[in-house]
Amino acid sequence: MGIIDINKVTYEYIRRDEDGNVEGITTAVNGVSLNVKAGEFIAILGHNGSGKSTLAKHINALLVPEEGSVIVDGMDTADEDKTLSIRQTAGMVFQNPDNQIIGQIVEEDVGFGPENMGVPTKEIWERVEESLRTVGMYEYRKKSPNKLSGGQKQRVSIASVIAMHPKCIVFDEPTAMLDPKGRREVIRAARALNDVENITIILITHYMEEAIYADRIFVMEEGSVVMQGTPETVFSQVDMLKSYRLDVPEVTELAWELKKAGVPIKFPILTREELKEELIRLGKR
Amino acid sequence: MLRDITLGQYYETKSKLHELDPRTKLVGTLIYLISLFMFTNAYVYIFAASFLLLCVLISRIPPTYMIKGMKPVIFLLVFTLFLNMLFTPGEVIFTFWKINITKEGVKQALYMGARLTLLIMGSNMMTLTTTPTRLTNGLERLMGPLKLIKLPVHEIAMMMSIALRFIPILMDETDRIMKAQLARGADFESGNLIKKAKSLVPVLVPLFISAFRRANDLAMAMEARCYHGGKGRTQMKPLKYRPADLLAYLVLILYMTAVVLIGKYL
Amino acid sequence: MERDKSKLKLAADHISYEYDKSGANRHKALDDVSFEVYEGEFVGLIGHTGSGKSTLMQHLNALLKPDQGTIWYDGQDIYEKGYDRKELRRRVGLVFQYPEHQLFEDTVFNEVCFGPKNFGMDEKQSELSAYAAIKKVGLPDECFYHSPFDLSGGQKRRVAIASVLAVKPEILIMDEPTAGLDPKGREELMEMILSLKESEGLSIVMVSHSMEDVAKLADRIVVMDKGHIVYDDEPRKVFAHYKELEEMGLAAPQMMYVMQDLKDAGFDVRTDVTTIEEAKEEILRIVT
Repeated sequence: MGIIDINKVTYEYIRRDEDGNVEGITTAVNGVSLNVKAGEFIAILGHNGSGKSTLAKHINALLVPEEGSVIVDGMDTADEDKTLSIRQTAGMVFQNPDNQIIGQIVEEDVGFGPENMGVPTKEIWERVEESLRTVGMYEYRKKSPNKLSGGQKQRVSIASVIAMHPKCIVFDEPTAMLDPKGRREVIRAARALNDVENITIILITHYMEEAIYADRIFVMEEGSVVMQGTPETVFSQVDMLKSYRLDVPEVTELAWELKKAGVPIKFPILTREELKEELIRLGKR
Repeated sequence: MLRDITLGQYYETKSKLHELDPRTKLVGTLIYLISLFMFTNAYVYIFAASFLLLCVLISRIPPTYMIKGMKPVIFLLVFTLFLNMLFTPGEVIFTFWKINITKEGVKQALYMGARLTLLIMGSNMMTLTTTPTRLTNGLERLMGPLKLIKLPVHEIAMMMSIALRFIPILMDETDRIMKAQLARGADFESGNLIKKAKSLVPVLVPLFISAFRRANDLAMAMEARCYHGGKGRTQMKPLKYRPADLLAYLVLILYMTAVVLIGKYL
Repeated sequence: MERDKSKLKLAADHISYEYDKSGANRHKALDDVSFEVYEGEFVGLIGHTGSGKSTLMQHLNALLKPDQGTIWYDGQDIYEKGYDRKELRRRVGLVFQYPEHQLFEDTVFNEVCFGPKNFGMDEKQSELSAYAAIKKVGLPDECFYHSPFDLSGGQKRRVAIASVLAVKPEILIMDEPTAGLDPKGREELMEMILSLKESEGLSIVMVSHSMEDVAKLADRIVVMDKGHIVYDDEPRKVFAHYKELEEMGLAAPQMMYVMQDLKDAGFDVRTDVTTIEEAKEEILRIVT
């Protein structure tokens, strides 16, 4: 059994008018099943409003499914006694860098999770140091979060989650509000956690380039999973992705265009290195 | 930029006063404020002022910085002085147009001025030497006993520290929204009071929406990190009294005794 | 780059600006910056966070006043006595980052009317102008009387842009108009912006982090770093400095790197290529 087992989950938002009468129902997640193995790197793609963030909140027991079940490391999120252990097992990094930092100094923010878990003082300090070092923010530990760049703030938020020693981290569009440099910092940190610490990563994003490192990709549309597979299989279906308001990485698109022009190029191609090799093979100097 | 303003403007340096437990400083400030209101006596004020000066010297905060800290309240101070000077009846020493300046008035104004100045500087002393986090921490511990009467002490302290974290962000946001509306031709300056108040709607509505959005996000982020109130919570930086605090309390007792003695017998 | 001086609209003339002049966080955000906008051109303004581009942007419509230097509009110094700076704000429309966060009215239509009314248009003119603006940004008719808060993220952003367009600016300055949108949303918004430039003859200044977007659309690129303008030239010439750009925390468009890779591998290809279309042409030349 995997670390996360999402089983036919459905979640609906009820919209009400000013008098509280039901105006309509939006099905944000519609019968989604998804299984993640420990140590995997998963990417979930989908345009704004496709239901991917709602799904993410189920993994952390911030939302509980109306139908179906979510099992995190053997614990059912519907079981209220397990809520805290689930949140500790599956940490979450959100989109807005400002709205998830609680502490007034970096180190205090990282200590917040362990404090809530009742970790003894001495150990909190050890965890804070270790987590900040992992994301390369140790030298900023005494700084006010307001003085950091967006990418640095997100790294602090990652450290704050690592300090709780989770087995899995859900990243809910962590780079949507960052500049390219900040985006690179955050993705690098997420990949390192997966490679080095063997933490399971679930990355929700709409930047295609960030998904190419995933072991598996899920594409969501109108609350359902409509495509899944390795980056190679998913990104080889360029037209289908575009029909879901998504895209492919620029190099993939170039290879796609070349293929359409009759070049016998391998497809798909996800990285610059791959493309270079292929073109060297095909090219005439 | 607005973002850099912090409430209480902590002055970063190393000193014995900075190192004291925030509870000691809170109690100390309270005692100091009480001492200013016990007597209306010039000697007491001179003594209290010297005590404050001593604290300033120990704290290593430049005295000029302390004086600068008075700037925002100077108007209030001058205003109070004038009121006292003008409207206290008694022996007239000076008449200007229709206004009589009395001996009692001058005296009253001087006392009031001294009291207010010391009061503000005294409380500034506390905020200058204590980080907001430690201050809220200290408050939470001091108010601890009030939990018995069901006062949500932990929650109040948590609210205070969150407010301290978000005030600079919201101020920055206000600045941004105002500029954006200015770019759309909004006018915040001309017109009468009602018109001015109305012109703030385009700033306040987005600001409230943003504050609610942030509050919502933050609540979720806190929950995701296992926050469930004060129960079973440990602290990263627990407060601990040290020998220096004992000494400080002793000094405070001596100070209070001296004030009482001076007030009664001089 | 040759420019026709008679078409100069807006010029920042050696301006400098410092934040928190007397405080502890004093820092110079702009240092002797000169920047020009010509009639009908599309300028991409790039630089990493904190490079001074937002500060520069706010100077261009008098939201900030330079410490040194001045701003010229249509040949007039905007800080000359008696200059109507409110009118300047109308002519130079400014769309901030995440502009949907400034919406406040109860309907889309009222929201878009806010600007025109502020700038002294009468009821009828305001409404006509608002109507036209909402059409221009491609919002459907049924949106008019919806609350702007019920719209999707991308639609909210269009409302915000329409609310600036409605005052009929001559120059439109936008700070990262596509931030936070999904790929299709980004593409659609870029298309809309381009059509604005073409149909309205607007000059557009776009602050962006996306080199691909800027490369695709801009006639000219201005790069800022640490309060200075480092490059100001046509896109391919600016991107030729990709190594320097990287040192500033920026990058060139992906396609340039691809071509550079090929060149390094010994192929005779152009490296001043910025779009997929161009890259395709170049590569087809060497593989067939």
